[in-house]
Amino acid sequence: MTIMTTITTNTQTNGLPPVKMSVRDLNFYYGKFHALKNIHLDIPANRVTAFIGPSGCGKSTLLRTFNRMYELYPDQRAEGEILVDGENLLTSKQDVALIRARIGMVFQKPTPFPMSIFDNIAFGVKLFEKLSLIDLEERVEWALKKAALWEEVKDKLHQSGASLSGGQQQRLCIARGIAIRPELMLFDEPCSALDPISTARIEELIAELKKDYTVVIVTHNMQQAARCSDYTAYMYLGDLVEFGETEQMFLKPSCPATEDYITGRFG
Amino acid sequence: MKIQSNFPANPKVSMNREARAAFFVRRKWINRAALTLSLIAMIFGVFWLMWILWETLWLGFGGMNLALFTENTPPPNDAGGLANALFGSFLMVALATFIGTPIGVLSGICLAEYHPRGPLAVTVRFINDLLLSAPSIIIGLFVYAIVVIHFRKFSGWAGAVALSLIVIPVVIRTTENMLALIPSSLREAAYALGAPKWKVIIHVTLNAARAGVVTGILLAVARISGETAPLLFTALNNQFWTNNLSGPTANLPVTIFQFAMSPYENWRQLAWAGVFLITLAVLGLNILARLLSRRK
Repeated sequence: MTIMTTITTNTQTNGLPPVKMSVRDLNFYYGKFHALKNIHLDIPANRVTAFIGPSGCGKSTLLRTFNRMYELYPDQRAEGEILVDGENLLTSKQDVALIRARIGMVFQKPTPFPMSIFDNIAFGVKLFEKLSLIDLEERVEWALKKAALWEEVKDKLHQSGASLSGGQQQRLCIARGIAIRPELMLFDEPCSALDPISTARIEELIAELKKDYTVVIVTHNMQQAARCSDYTAYMYLGDLVEFGETEQMFLKPSCPATEDYITGRFG
Repeated sequence: MKIQSNFPANPKVSMNREARAAFFVRRKWINRAALTLSLIAMIFGVFWLMWILWETLWLGFGGMNLALFTENTPPPNDAGGLANALFGSFLMVALATFIGTPIGVLSGICLAEYHPRGPLAVTVRFINDLLLSAPSIIIGLFVYAIVVIHFRKFSGWAGAVALSLIVIPVVIRTTENMLALIPSSLREAAYALGAPKWKVIIHVTLNAARAGVVTGILLAVARISGETAPLLFTALNNQFWTNNLSGPTANLPVTIFQFAMSPYENWRQLAWAGVFLITLAVLGLNILARLLSRRK
């Protein structure tokens, strides 16, 4: 029941917050397999939205359409609309690199690049901005502070990123994502490879990040969704079963299937 | 939703305790027999290898002296060294590595990162495997027919081309394999930042595979430093010091081949000294490759 008390603070807004991203009639295919079916969803700005559901329900797939990650694989395709500021990302004339610069992503396993801690962050920044070394150093420091990693690495910025612990590596990846100043941050099960203490730090960080960014998180862990999200979407077999405020979803879901999953009767 | 319980209670047929124990003892004996056989096989293999190494070091070490590195190959029954052969070999191996490495690395990148399952990649991979296992004498003859006959002259250039044809498939193979080992999550993470493909490859995947790729290049160098057949048809040999690769060029393997078959005692001693040097160089390259691939 401690979970519930933490959520109540999140739901004091009157009316709905502005929408950052609208998903309309989204269908997704792995070759012939129909993995997402007519997804319809509004992701509110400056809130944390969690996608939950059993394995294979399509929550990661949905997340990976938001930055067109699936395009790396020729047999995957998406149809429909993903609107950000009125523009459909799926048919956008913009270079996909520019879309990905606006929508950062953190993966399940920490993925530090084979370079120094400093360069791990500078790599992304240098793709889009031409900064002097002083400005670049300042940006790296800013991003590391934002990701609550600065104190631990400020004396070893030129050591390899791989020398950090798993939790630190994951925060490095978060720092790397926010260093290029995106509007949305996507987290694909960011804590599934981490111990409970590192998990707690990442969750705190996610709560902190929503002040500046719209956050979407995919998680297998129901408590995590309850702890750190404002909105929750329950998915099952490629369908979006229910979407609503997290408190609502966990206290009295309108759909019996959601209730079964959340209470652990299934899944 | 309820989990249906239709699990059977017990298996129909099962061995009793005694039969299981006897079965286990039998398995232990089979295990011992297999271990003994593989040990014998290993000792057999290592024995010959050690013998070869011992003979090489023993006979070659006797010929070690400074003149080896300062004097050219002598006429029969005269004093001399291997300086011209060492230098010629060095030039051609360096040149072959210089030609073969970029072609090999770039092709490896192409196979691993661009359309790894496309028909082109499948064909190239197949042909590369053929080239990888092609006897080096065929490569020597090929370059003889294409380069030597065309210019009507044996040359160090032709030798370097022949050696580079051996380098290329080795480097392609190792580069591709090393890149394929890089987890796709690392690639995705770089793409997720909005990096273009070439930057992902250079800064992230190739960078992560660097140690393995360099190891492959070193092993290719080790492989060509002892190749004789391709040079026999291309660079031929030369008794004199030359840094002009457009004529016949002295080199260690062909010198060893000629000297070892000769009736002259001093030539045979030089051949052993040359074998000793090549063995040391190959050993050194292999150790270096080991160290590189271990350091992560």
